Amino acid sequence: MGMTLVEKVLAQAANLPQVKPGQFITAKVDKIIGHDISLAAFRELERMGATRVFDPDRIAITWDHFVPSPTVGAANQNRELAGYINRYKIKNFFEVGRGGICHALFPEKGLIWPGDVVVGSDSHTCTYGALGAVAMGMGSTDVAAAMALGEVWLKVPETIRVHFAGERGPWTTGKDLILYTLGQIGTKGALYKALEFAGEAVYGLNMDERFTICNMAVEGGSKTAVIAPDDTTREYLVGRVPPGAQLRFYSSDLDAVYVADYIFDCSKIEPQVACPPSPANVHPAAGLTGVKIDQAVLGSCTNGRLSDLRVAARILEGRKIKPGVRMIVVPGTQEIYLTAMREGLLETFVRAGALVSPPTCGPCFGGHMGLLGDSEVAISSTNRNFTGRMGAVNSQVYLASPATVAASAITGYICDPREVMSA
Amino acid sequence: MKNGRVWKFGNDVDTDVIIPGRFLADWNKEPEKLGQYCFCSIDPQFSTKVQPGDIIVAGENFGCGSSRQAAPVAIKYAGIEYVIAVSFARIFYRNAINIGLPVLECPALVEEVKKGDRLAVELDKGEIKNLDTGKVYHFEPLNVMVQEILYSGGLVPYVRNRLNS
Repeated sequence: MGMTLVEKVLAQAANLPQVKPGQFITAKVDKIIGHDISLAAFRELERMGATRVFDPDRIAITWDHFVPSPTVGAANQNRELAGYINRYKIKNFFEVGRGGICHALFPEKGLIWPGDVVVGSDSHTCTYGALGAVAMGMGSTDVAAAMALGEVWLKVPETIRVHFAGERGPWTTGKDLILYTLGQIGTKGALYKALEFAGEAVYGLNMDERFTICNMAVEGGSKTAVIAPDDTTREYLVGRVPPGAQLRFYSSDLDAVYVADYIFDCSKIEPQVACPPSPANVHPAAGLTGVKIDQAVLGSCTNGRLSDLRVAARILEGRKIKPGVRMIVVPGTQEIYLTAMREGLLETFVRAGALVSPPTCGPCFGGHMGLLGDSEVAISSTNRNFTGRMGAVNSQVYLASPATVAASAITGYICDPREVMSA
Repeated sequence: MKNGRVWKFGNDVDTDVIIPGRFLADWNKEPEKLGQYCFCSIDPQFSTKVQPGDIIVAGENFGCGSSRQAAPVAIKYAGIEYVIAVSFARIFYRNAINIGLPVLECPALVEEVKKGDRLAVELDKGEIKNLDTGKVYHFEPLNVMVQEILYSGGLVPYVRNRLNS
């Protein structure tokens, strides 16, 4: 019987010829990632009595959530984390101003490879599946155990295949495809399972959009999400991974068994919006016209990459953000920030009336850098719209693509980007 | 055998509702302080109303959202002894086991139990008795690896034992 991509990666990590869904395995971990809140994991590591980590070169940490420190507590947290980084000799560590948001940063730096088993103390760790890695979000103690032992216990998940057929419209982006998928499968649709995205429309996407798709797979409950590597993946890796890196390119066997198979026709998928309070409460943007917004956020580990900024800048170029609306633009990494500056994108944002923030997770998780007030409404390119996620308990968050966010910032209400771009 | 009163919740209880993001800075320095903020956005008095040993009963996908271990920790320090649900979000499930908060899947009970009912849980037997109705429910016993972690007192002692052996 054939295996899926996820099963193949897990089989090699468990040193077994074959694994089956439902099987409990102990898998070797290739990479472990974390951020400032992962300080908790290092404290757990200490409590475990670990004097060293399994391999300091295979762990990557960046500061991204409480960046720059909004409180004295957060500043102290960062200082304490720096102490652990030093003590456990973590090689890939990115300080404030020299890194960015973990899931944008680590692939950019060539730290995640196809075929890797990745564990991270962040739920959006599944982002790396866009490179053909099996990446799973876990909590601090799980990550601490992985840092100590270099392995993790797992139940092999069943795989669901989502096949995107047909041709995308020019304003239907990777974000719209994953929002549409969530609308179809629901927040529990992939619970305990893996999602594999395939089809010509997926292979027509650039890496940034593929990261977006895998990033939000967790909102459907999935354990991990993958896209089989192709030429686009290989091109992305060139110049990022060290020469001679042993990359393991897997793809699913033709006779692999999927627990479910969805086929979506992209030509029928318009720009999508997830309405509060669930990422699966998805409707076409055009149907929401009239919902007034107070804030528009462009950024996050979901949509703060260069091509996201380019799309938004293309819409904002020569236009003004509606008076009464605040727009916050958050480039994902320092590298993205620099390139956006060179390309003039930041100037476009500033001239349109947007506030450009340094790379941070701040507004997305309701930590700092632009919280919502009572009853305020935001459209955001981020990943969650749960009750109170971005600020006041009675504030509301609508999730959409960078294009839809930018277009809505101009009109002052939620709108399909085609409404602005055809005007 | 412990018993506790039921607090009922619906489907898709997310980690932002369990413990909002603003409480995450440095959360595990004094984790016991998280209890008072548990469910603060929907019921600010939740932790003061809970008596030690009480039980949360919820629908599908409990704990969906972020990987914050602060979520099960907040529930534990609010005084909750068990969470029983139709299903759990997978990261929350692992986190709860790892910190020694038993999480049990028992759809039949979820459907029938009422707020305030008293339940007695027998982890080893895979049995939950509703002391108010007398009805007994069964749940799938936890798998061996999970049991080993829970009986070690969580993943930290489990790994400590392995590193020492």
